[in-house]
Amino acid sequence: MPTTLDMATTELREVNTTLQAAAKAQVNEPYVIVNPRGSHAMACGLDGPLNVTVKGSTGYYTAGMNKEASITVEGSAGPGVAENMMSGTVTILGDASQYAGATGHGGLLNIKGNASSRCGISMKGIDIVVHGNIGHMSAFMAQRGNLVVLGDAGDALGDSLYEARLFVRGTVKSLGADCIEKEMRAEHIAILKELLERAGADAKPEEFKRYGSARTLYNFHIDNAASY
Amino acid sequence: MCGIVGLFLKKDALRPKLGDMLTDMLITMTDRGPDSAGIAIYGDEQGKLKITVQSDTPESDFAGLEGALAAAIGAPVTIRVVDTHAVLTLPLEAEAAALAFLEDRKLRVMGVGESMEIFKEVGLPKDVAERFGLRAMGGSHGIGHTRMATESAVTTLGAHPFSTASDQCLVHNGSLSNHNDMRRKLAKKGIHTKTENDTEVGAAYISSRIAEGATLGQALEGTLKDLDGFFTFVTGTKNGFGVVRDPIACKPAVMAETEDYVAFASEYRAFADLPGIEGARVWEPEPATVYFWER
Repeated sequence: MPTTLDMATTELREVNTTLQAAAKAQVNEPYVIVNPRGSHAMACGLDGPLNVTVKGSTGYYTAGMNKEASITVEGSAGPGVAENMMSGTVTILGDASQYAGATGHGGLLNIKGNASSRCGISMKGIDIVVHGNIGHMSAFMAQRGNLVVLGDAGDALGDSLYEARLFVRGTVKSLGADCIEKEMRAEHIAILKELLERAGADAKPEEFKRYGSARTLYNFHIDNAASY
Repeated sequence: MCGIVGLFLKKDALRPKLGDMLTDMLITMTDRGPDSAGIAIYGDEQGKLKITVQSDTPESDFAGLEGALAAAIGAPVTIRVVDTHAVLTLPLEAEAAALAFLEDRKLRVMGVGESMEIFKEVGLPKDVAERFGLRAMGGSHGIGHTRMATESAVTTLGAHPFSTASDQCLVHNGSLSNHNDMRRKLAKKGIHTKTENDTEVGAAYISSRIAEGATLGQALEGTLKDLDGFFTFVTGTKNGFGVVRDPIACKPAVMAETEDYVAFASEYRAFADLPGIEGARVWEPEPATVYFWER
């Protein structure tokens, strides 16, 4: 039986302290949070295996800094979900607001709805799968990891991109500076196939296009000044 | 940071509960804006003009005000005093004469309209709501704002909503960077703002465009081109409200819709107590896109 924490009667700080202690104890227990009421910083800073289900929508910085835990939000999440995630899995059944998965180092952020602007900004190794669309300036300065989008991408995708891989099935409104479409080779199909399977996404790798860095902005060159 | 809330009712049966629902939403946004709060409430049209005025010395300023105003405009006037505010009701055609009289009396006009009443003050949202008895107010739709001041002083006149035309008002989360330039441009057209506040300039810009013949939609589109800075705007009109976010869209916004209402807020938290929110369609308005809900 999962342990249920009711936020109608339990303070956020107590909920997070309980979850953080349980994660540290490495016992991998299931927890259910009811009445989240859009709270900020829900289930953040978990450092160990733990299975957390949030029954409803959450506010800013849900599941931030997650390590090893598996967190599911059965609703939508506010800005900065899974920010700086290290490992584990964060699943959002609804939409995610801006800068989802920002600066994430590892793990899987699985967004079943749409993500808005700046999704995966400065990502550093996280895998992000968005089943819907993403907004403008997504993957800005993204360094490592994979961003997979089953729907469409907004303006300036992958601006000033480093070595993150971007896979988009739908249309891209515009590419940012130094981001280009690249050839989809067998190794990319394999990476994408595995990611789609992990995210439970109903899509074929061959339907996607790959985008990456043209690597012209890595070192300052006076001819590129206008692009910075 | 600031907090914005808006609620548009689709069913008349909910009208008596508008103030109650909006008050909960407003108080939830306190930590986005604890220094002032305000609300514009719509719906109680009687074919007459309502002028909401404010005074820091309401006891002396509002005593006998309706009689003096009635004598000045030569028409009957009723007054409803609500803490530091008073709502004066008079014939529509007496607007110009009444506003001139109130200016002479040095009363601050918060808003004018057939439908709209505006109440705003400095203080915590829960205290402001209590002073004005917001919970007991009914109506068809309303917008509210909790302020964390950035661009001008914490005063009653610096609080939102700002109204610069009949039945129109604006609340804003963000900061405009070209408001001084725009204020001068508007002044050249004869449109004068009352404060140093950036949002008032935004409101005056929208009203001026409408006065020049633009639709509200065109005026809101114009903000994307002519106003520089960060903004999530919610604008109230006699028939509903409109929403527009700047193209960068770093100021948050979330909407919820059920069969009973359309709600707007800076954060989902403000929706937590709305009836049927579990089954509502919840989404984030797109950047640089104008949305409307009107009856």
